[in-house]
Amino acid sequence: MDRPGPAETIEPIDPDVEAEDLRGTVREHWPVLCAVSAGGGLGAAARYGAGLLWPTAGGAFPWTTFLINLVGCALIGVVLTVVTHLASPHPLLRPFLATGILGGFTTFSTYAVDIRQLLADDRTATALAYLAATPVAALAAVWATASATRRLLHRQAMS
Amino acid sequence: MTWLFVITGAMVGAPLRYLTDRAVQSRHASAFPWGTFTVNVTGSLVLGLLTGATADVHLALGTGLCGALTTYSTFSYETLRLAEEGKRAYAAANVVASVACGLGAACAGAALVG
Repeated sequence: MDRPGPAETIEPIDPDVEAEDLRGTVREHWPVLCAVSAGGGLGAAARYGAGLLWPTAGGAFPWTTFLINLVGCALIGVVLTVVTHLASPHPLLRPFLATGILGGFTTFSTYAVDIRQLLADDRTATALAYLAATPVAALAAVWATASATRRLLHRQAMS
Repeated sequence: MTWLFVITGAMVGAPLRYLTDRAVQSRHASAFPWGTFTVNVTGSLVLGLLTGATADVHLALGTGLCGALTTYSTFSYETLRLAEEGKRAYAAANVVASVACGLGAACAGAALVG
């Protein structure tokens, strides 16, 4: 996700001042918010479509959400490494692709709620396997694609 | 029509995640990614609260809004960056705390409406 600038925010006492600050932020970041919103809609639509194509039976390992999160993490490793290496990336590239599409495609809430449901259904082994496998696979995926992309970009810069 | 519910919810959830992350990250100086942690735990709580909601509400607020409010890709990328920067304790704490608090929030949400 995009890091905010180094500008220090002083906590206002008056809540209306804070509200004015938020309105100012929204006005200032309008193009970024639109890019994030559009990307988020696209990413979520892809996730919903995948769920319709490959529905998961109740009590089974949630393979579709597992693979969605795995693919999303693999792609963010490529996207953010490339965007970071670009000399002057378009200011909406990262908000649209990473914060928007990939953020909307992957989901943490469905991961957490599916584990709870599996535990409630007494599918403890499946719940624990899913709980552990998702972060391990996600981190392995983002590490693998980010390092591979970095190596490719480095080799290209050398040649 | 179901697609419209999902996409509309997500078009609200994703910018809400961006604004929340900015607001949270501007209020602390630590390397811990509190912004992403906040949206993931909050989204898990809300999705837990939606247990038993009607199909349309679940599509818009669950699949759409909570799905886009929360993120696994940024969570894993930030964890990787922490590990690469030598902040391995932060990286490990981020994974353990996000999973534990996310699951706890989902259980709390479901228990509150159950």
